[in-house]
Amino acid sequence: MLKQYETVFIATPVLSEAQMKEAVAKYVDFINNNGGEVVYEEDWGLRQLAYPIQHKTTGFYYLIEFKAEPEFVATLETQYHRDERIIRFLTVALDKDAAAYAEKRRANKQAKAEQK
Amino acid sequence: MAQNNSNNSEIRYLNPPTVEVRRKKYCRFKKAGIKYVDYKDPEFLKKFLNEQGKILPRRITGTSLKFQRKVAQAVKRARSLALLPYVTDLLK
Repeated sequence: MLKQYETVFIATPVLSEAQMKEAVAKYVDFINNNGGEVVYEEDWGLRQLAYPIQHKTTGFYYLIEFKAEPEFVATLETQYHRDERIIRFLTVALDKDAAAYAEKRRANKQAKAEQK
Repeated sequence: MAQNNSNNSEIRYLNPPTVEVRRKKYCRFKKAGIKYVDYKDPEFLKKFLNEQGKILPRRITGTSLKFQRKVAQAVKRARSLALLPYVTDLLK
């Protein structure tokens, strides 16, 4: 049964734009190839960190919302651990309310994007 | 003895002691019908933190127990993602 998940990860600012895209693509493909389905992606870009992580004060934030088998999350997280470009990640299961909220948030973002 | 009582009542204050009117605290989540506290939105979570970045107790914010736990979990997740600091001196 596919459950809904949301993962946010921070990549080191040392990466160039291309490397960042490549890292993101790697994870999106990893999810899609292993029976998952990416529902929504959001790039927060380079942001200031509230406290230094690995002596860096900024980081590329990236959000991926996806549906996957519960066992799959563990493999995804080992990928994160192995990848030294990712300095921090958080995967969260979305329950009914959280999924409804994410749905509404996506609609707002799309609406805002269209207005621009 | 009786005089004393009258003397006591003689005490006049410069300005009348203001008794603080107790505003009825309410849980903003129940009132606004919010169901999920998002950990990705630091601006909203900052309303529940004090200047040092510590989580405010329920008796100050007035939130119900169920939502105080959700807020606490969201704040801890935001802190782990460096969206909120663990400790700082002036957060606001």
